[in-house]
Amino acid sequence: MKNLLASTALVLAFAVPALAQDYTPDPAAKQGGEITVTYHDDVATLDPAIGYDWQNWSMIKSLFDGLMDYVPGTTTLRPGLAESYDVSADGMTFTFHLRKGVKFSNGREMTADDVKYSLDRVTSPATQSPGAGFFASIKGSEKMADGSATSLEGVKVLDPLTVEITLNRPDATFLQVMALNFSYIVAKEAVEESGADFGKHPVGTGAFKLTDWTLGQQLVFERNADYWRAGEPYLDKITFQVGQEPVVALLRLQKGEIDIAGDGIPPAKFTEVMGDPAQAALVVSQASLQTGYITMNLNVAPFDKPEVRQALNMAINKERITQIINGRAKPTGQVLPPGMPGYDPAFAGYAYDPAAAKALLAKAGLPDGFETELYVYNTDPNPRIAQAIQQDLAQIGVKASLQSLAQANVIQAGGEPDSAAMIWSGGMAWAADFPDPSDFYGPILSCQAGGPGGWNWAHYCNKDLDAAAAAADAMTAPEQTADRMKAWSDIMAKVMADAPWVPVFNESRYTMHGPRLGGANELYADPVATPINFDYIYVKE
Amino acid sequence: MASYLARRLIQSALILLGVAFITFFLLYILPADPVRQIAGRSASAQTVENIRRELGLDQPFVVQFLRYLAGLVQGDFGRSYLQKTQVAELIASRLPATLLLMAAGIGCELALGLTMGIVAALTKGRFTDQMLMMTSFVTVSAPQFVVSLILLYVFAVQLSWFPVGGYGTFRHLVLPAVTLGILGSGWYARMMRSSMIEVLATDFIRTARAKGLSRARVILRHALPNAILPVIAMIGIDIGVFMGGVVVVESVFAWPGIGQLAWQAIQRIDIPIIMAVTLVSAVAIVLGNLLADLITPFIDPRIKIR
Repeated sequence: MKNLLASTALVLAFAVPALAQDYTPDPAAKQGGEITVTYHDDVATLDPAIGYDWQNWSMIKSLFDGLMDYVPGTTTLRPGLAESYDVSADGMTFTFHLRKGVKFSNGREMTADDVKYSLDRVTSPATQSPGAGFFASIKGSEKMADGSATSLEGVKVLDPLTVEITLNRPDATFLQVMALNFSYIVAKEAVEESGADFGKHPVGTGAFKLTDWTLGQQLVFERNADYWRAGEPYLDKITFQVGQEPVVALLRLQKGEIDIAGDGIPPAKFTEVMGDPAQAALVVSQASLQTGYITMNLNVAPFDKPEVRQALNMAINKERITQIINGRAKPTGQVLPPGMPGYDPAFAGYAYDPAAAKALLAKAGLPDGFETELYVYNTDPNPRIAQAIQQDLAQIGVKASLQSLAQANVIQAGGEPDSAAMIWSGGMAWAADFPDPSDFYGPILSCQAGGPGGWNWAHYCNKDLDAAAAAADAMTAPEQTADRMKAWSDIMAKVMADAPWVPVFNESRYTMHGPRLGGANELYADPVATPINFDYIYVKE
Repeated sequence: MASYLARRLIQSALILLGVAFITFFLLYILPADPVRQIAGRSASAQTVENIRRELGLDQPFVVQFLRYLAGLVQGDFGRSYLQKTQVAELIASRLPATLLLMAAGIGCELALGLTMGIVAALTKGRFTDQMLMMTSFVTVSAPQFVVSLILLYVFAVQLSWFPVGGYGTFRHLVLPAVTLGILGSGWYARMMRSSMIEVLATDFIRTARAKGLSRARVILRHALPNAILPVIAMIGIDIGVFMGGVVVVESVFAWPGIGQLAWQAIQRIDIPIIMAVTLVSAVAIVLGNLLADLITPFIDPRIKIR
């Protein structure tokens, strides 16, 4: 009995969702209104297990929900379809209590079986989900990945409104993964009916439902009147027009024909728009959770010498590079972007000092510099940025020839262990999948990601840091959060000591909307629902 | 006639097979991995291999190609790697718009180009001729993006005579068709001019004039049918251009044509779509040229089909 009480007390200690203030609705928000948003590219898919580009990410968030969610415009977790959860003492078992009465857009009520179905589906190889790897910490996920199981052992349905998920290791990012698009809940019968076409006929529990999709022309979202978050969404209807050239979209926005230019302000028009006070007032700019960087391949001489890598860090004039993109970024000297937990405002990084860079190169045995190659995407403004980098390098005696290729070719070259010596990652290069520092380590700096085909283009492998990262991610208790973030800051500082990268800048997101639209700025440059949180914006009238 | 047709159709089938093979091969040896595009950046190595296996991309080249052909024969173009949608559906949704713009665009090109060519031929060497030829030179060299944007800005944004891009009504068709007409008329103008000059110098034209026929009748009834033969051959080539080469115009006017689909697919190495668009374009070109060859005997009875 005493043991039971003690363990219950321990469980209850973790039971309260350690979640912050929930959202205070905007008092000026009005119900109703229809808006038009334009995009250039076709929407690829609205299947949450598959959709993984910046365009459909926020659209999927409006059609579906997951167990966890974020406070709009912030990186703070809050309950989603799970109104509460309990965590076991060892942090390995989560029991989610689902809300009652949540309806899919086909009218059926959501139950725990749908949660199990959705998680099994996304981890099954047959679905070909790019996000299957995010669920690696759930017990049974390896068997799903190699095909020896068709259902996740670690996901159990206890009753129609309770799901128990057991992990195979403590994972501090687990709740963030439960808020990722890939974990969103889908309706089984709809998937079975549509098969591979589910992406064009999505059925979810979200604030909107898809009512029309004319391929290549437009999509229409309509308000879900039965949405379980009372009062949301504000808009009645959103029409997405695709195939719209960004320059033409801007003209139409200025003319009042559309409400949001989804692709942002074309670089060629940026100075003109920001120079006009009336238009600049309609532009929302927020620093977003991403970093642009130059990778140096540790497998290619002389980048195996840390002094060489440090020297190049001191040689790059980051201010000048941000001017190439009209100042729409802030130079940085560290891996994590501002706004990401674990970011260290006190960390200075390597100061711009070409003389010191040259001296360091000489100390490494290369007083006359060396020749190398710089790979870059051939889409503007990347070649121009690469030229600026080339000039900076020439100043310290490093002759870099430019390899300006299609994006897919650069990615291919980066994945090969002995190929691309240096790569400029592009502006919105590594953008956070979810607001946690481990997302900036695992896929791009860990040993595992340095293998062939990986995204760790520097092929950097520091086993000590890998171990430190795993230890940091095992700090699952809420009161360990501060220590965990300190651990991550420390890891990232050590990464910069090894300098596999030159972090260059954190680009800001610029969204321009029409004068009819209202809502806090954070909603138009949402760090999670990138870039626009459709559930909370409204029409002023 | 029947045997000619049969021969041409068999030839066409062989051409299409060759196009399919070459395109498939080029995409296969491309130094860029489509599976990496699908798997995205955060995928583990296991996920990437799983996707590769699911799509059959771990099979040798011949196996993959034969599988593709087997699908083609049944009318199955496969599914887009990134959208998972049936490629046939994607193309079918854009084909009507593409064909409409092609017909209207070629119509405008001919109207403008032929008129310019004939007038230039008739005023050969004089100021009008020189001005027309310089205009044709300028329009042929003008960048698609600039011309499209200027016309859109002036006539749609400023004057509001037409909608600012889009698809659906006749008014939506006017600007893109006229743009393409202007951009492509130069070729037809020059071809028509030189062809016309050659024909106007022949004996039978001199005979016709000597017989006292009116100038107009000589030009339209005697010269034009002879001069127009090379133009018809050009139309066959033009059809190929419209099936993917006007992506810039499509983009500016938000016209849902196949060019846009192909462009996006190429960026993302969505091989099923690239293959399908190439094959559909090849079919259009082959059929277009076949039709052109079938029409010529009606225009010039000297040409016989054997």
